[in-house]
Amino acid sequence: MQTLTQRLANPTRFMELSAQLLPWISGAAAVIITYGLYLSFFVAPPDSLQGETARIMYVHVPSAWLSMAVYALIAVSAFGLLVFRHPLADVSAKAAAPLGAAFTFLALVTGSLWGRPTWGTYWVWDARLTSVLILFFLYLGLMALRSSIEDESLASKLTAILALVGIVMLPIIKFSVEFGNTLHQPASVIRAGGPTIDAALLTPLLVMAVGFTLMFVAMHLKAMRNEILRRRVKALQLAEVERAQGQLAAAE
Amino acid sequence: MDLGIDLGPHASFIWSAYGMVVLVIGGLIAWLAVDGREQERRLAELAARGVKRRSTVRS
Repeated sequence: MQTLTQRLANPTRFMELSAQLLPWISGAAAVIITYGLYLSFFVAPPDSLQGETARIMYVHVPSAWLSMAVYALIAVSAFGLLVFRHPLADVSAKAAAPLGAAFTFLALVTGSLWGRPTWGTYWVWDARLTSVLILFFLYLGLMALRSSIEDESLASKLTAILALVGIVMLPIIKFSVEFGNTLHQPASVIRAGGPTIDAALLTPLLVMAVGFTLMFVAMHLKAMRNEILRRRVKALQLAEVERAQGQLAAAE
Repeated sequence: MDLGIDLGPHASFIWSAYGMVVLVIGGLIAWLAVDGREQERRLAELAARGVKRRSTVRS
């Protein structure tokens, strides 16, 4: 029996399945994020210490979670390319990189905007903030490396190796608030012993996290579809050039 | 920005954070839509010229 990844190995089958799923996932993301925004602004109370500024949490935390989850997805895709030579693994990794960079950028910017009224500064070179900034540069590095090598097969492999090496950043970011010198608060949701955040604030946060995750899945599927189409265009352009060269050679 | 919600003295930071999210996510969605349409247009052009993949070319 074929596994799901084996069944999806055929790009044509992936295109058919993703075309069916995309409207449903996009619609679900839009509905859940709208509900999450309603909870965030009209239902959740102000935080007892930080007041209204804690509402930035509802976009900052999902962005920060996705910045790391998307990198983990890229690393898994890189592993799938290098070890199993899965046909869609590189498509997945390439499609996810700009999305991961965008969510990391949002985590940094919304974090700075939250930091100014809370800590008194937009930025501090502490363990958490600096490690997330390095993750952002890592995303940019993955995209720059890929675009700097003309041979696509070589570019895919080298990018995959860099992605696997870069996964060391994920535990560094996760534990930077436990062991590092940082202004950033320690984990209050995903931690041993359960969340320490009050349910009135936790519920909107989880709703927004689910909405953001579905939104990422929809964007990733769309980006993968675009990349498959781009590769088909390139293959057809190559076929056209080869046909023209063959006709030229025959005429001579 | 107000929208009838009193977000206190730091409201500008909150609205800026949400505004930045809307801007970046909106930009991503627009880029994905435009890129998808561009690839479909190129494929349609190639198909109109009769270009086929080697595996689909009839001998």
